[in-house]
Amino acid sequence: MLYALLLIPATAAILSLLVRNDLVRRVILVAASIGHMGFTVAAWNRQAKPVMNGWLMLDKPGLLFLTITSILFLACSVYAYGYLAGQSASKRQDEEEGTFFSNAPEAIFCACLLAFLTTMTLVTVSQHLGLLWVAMEATTLASAPLIYFHRHHRSLEATWKYLLICSVGIALALLGNFFLVIAASSPDVTDKSMLVNTLIRQGSVLNAPWLKAAFLFFLVGYGTKMGLAPLHTWLPDAHSESPSVVSALLSGALLNCAFLGILRSSQVCLAAGLGPFCRELLVLFGMLSLGWAAIFLFKQPDYKRMLAYSSVEHVGIMALGVGVGAGATFGAMLHAVNHSLTKAMLFLVAGNILAVYKTKTTERVSGILTVMPVTGILWVAGFFAIVGMPPFGLFLSEFTIVKSMLEQGKVGIAVAFLSILALIFIGMSIAFFHMAQGRKKDDLPIHGNPDTAIAVLPPMALGILTLMLGLYIPPALDRLLHAVALAMGGN
Amino acid sequence: MNNIADTIMIFLVLTNLALLGVSRLGTCIRIVALQGAVLGLLPLVSSGGHVEWHLYFFSAVVVGFKGMVFPWLLRRTLKEVKAQREIEPFIGYGTSIALGTAVFVLCMWLSSRLPLPKEPPSMLIVPVAFFTIMSGLFLIISRKKALTQVLGYLVMENGIYTFGAAIVERQPVLVELGILLDVFVAVFVMGIAMFHIHREFDHIDTDQLSRLRT
Repeated sequence: MLYALLLIPATAAILSLLVRNDLVRRVILVAASIGHMGFTVAAWNRQAKPVMNGWLMLDKPGLLFLTITSILFLACSVYAYGYLAGQSASKRQDEEEGTFFSNAPEAIFCACLLAFLTTMTLVTVSQHLGLLWVAMEATTLASAPLIYFHRHHRSLEATWKYLLICSVGIALALLGNFFLVIAASSPDVTDKSMLVNTLIRQGSVLNAPWLKAAFLFFLVGYGTKMGLAPLHTWLPDAHSESPSVVSALLSGALLNCAFLGILRSSQVCLAAGLGPFCRELLVLFGMLSLGWAAIFLFKQPDYKRMLAYSSVEHVGIMALGVGVGAGATFGAMLHAVNHSLTKAMLFLVAGNILAVYKTKTTERVSGILTVMPVTGILWVAGFFAIVGMPPFGLFLSEFTIVKSMLEQGKVGIAVAFLSILALIFIGMSIAFFHMAQGRKKDDLPIHGNPDTAIAVLPPMALGILTLMLGLYIPPALDRLLHAVALAMGGN
Repeated sequence: MNNIADTIMIFLVLTNLALLGVSRLGTCIRIVALQGAVLGLLPLVSSGGHVEWHLYFFSAVVVGFKGMVFPWLLRRTLKEVKAQREIEPFIGYGTSIALGTAVFVLCMWLSSRLPLPKEPPSMLIVPVAFFTIMSGLFLIISRKKALTQVLGYLVMENGIYTFGAAIVERQPVLVELGILLDVFVAVFVMGIAMFHIHREFDHIDTDQLSRLRT
């Protein structure tokens, strides 16, 4: 089953390089994501057998993040089907500067999308920390060409920053890996393999100073990829310049995978009795990201960059939740699910807006509700979801985190958290409502066909899922989230 | 055996300092290649006499990649982009070397405070590994050309590799090869990106990649 999860997208990636016909290639993309989804659902029903001496195994945290990735990829591949059909192969005019550019070949785009899915799947099923590292670096390399789909100089700049900053960051995580091996090299350690479970079992005999150093490097390394401030500098560029499908995947799926890397190392630290040390660091980085995002969200002139900074905010909340511990860990896991669904939905909707208005400047977009009603409604609903208004899922997860903070008497953190959220609410509401309401600027031509079914249905499906999670969490998901939270030292 | 490990470490320090002071891109690529090739021998030396066949195999692969494939990729890119052969540093060569020496002393001090659970094959390994990582990072931030940033990334990776090969007990071959493959693809993709940067801007100076802000 695990092999199937990896081989389906990998084979499809190779196939899409070989196939000449664009239409067939798009069908392969959607079919592969449906197949992937199918096996993910099967993994919920039946525990997948570990393979390769337990190197690949789907444990509870892995299953959670695999499911998020699979759902998002399915929605995005359907959206991509419509998106690619609308992208002509000839030269196109740049929205921002009026210069001309061409797109990367579609075959490469599809193949990289599928390779990206393969590597993210590998991240979620890797139990060996070395293999996890290899998979994590591979996600960077598979997704870099995706950011450079529109071949103009801004996306090129974003790609370069992404490649270099993330590669250097992840190289530091490799150093963390080696430190961990040193921590595990004392004679008391009987089994020297780097499997997460083995390390956890022998947690008490690991060398504490080296383990601390290892966690620091993991946090900085994978934190760069996850977008924790102040290591997030590549994130707004990459998310705003890539095609919206890719932004949705980067923000919804990739950040979570990096988060999983941090969680795995914190699991080991927890077993070694270094829980408080990890928690403090996570709270620190979490608060920093929240504050940083709040500053840059205000008066952000570009609406895709605004969404990107909102991602920095939300990964901050996740880190904070795990850092606070106890009930907040459950909240953080729920938040990861909700944020992925909502942010992917918003990026896809932003893609629709961009396709019609041909500008990313918030100032120049107005009257979406009249020009493209369905997209407009989704945009407003997405706003309410992302700032954590009831009845959407993010409200529930943020509420759980705050509740747990207060229960533990961490009033200071709770007050800071809530005030930053209020600030972000104000900052984002200005932009969102300016865009949604009012009348369209007369000098702005409308391009293409607003509100086509294939462009609207995927984000709508994601939006409905977020709404549902705010009202009712299915028992199976609830059990899974509790199990994951328990593994991370919360409840 | 220790003597050989020591010699390799001293060689590493010298190549790092040379990289900080050299002004021509072609020479830089050659130095990084040499550094990588010598590093490939490290696992043979540090295993303490008992050398298995797969270690020979792995060593050969590392020498092949770091000493031949990476430099070949980089030199090809250099030819394609017809970059000016000067490096154009933000921080001058003399200052770079002085800073490098200071950092080396710092690394010596730092590693004296990090007790290893097991005696390494050479006492120089930890400080030199740190110094190589720092040199790589320094090259990335202090040089203008995209190509030197890739070189910096490779030097940094060399430093991390030194650490891993010398101190850490053998990682499974699959993981080692995976790491090598990742670095290879990274250099490959960065090479392609550089080619596009050249075509788009007519240069590969990263200080001018600054349109995207806030």
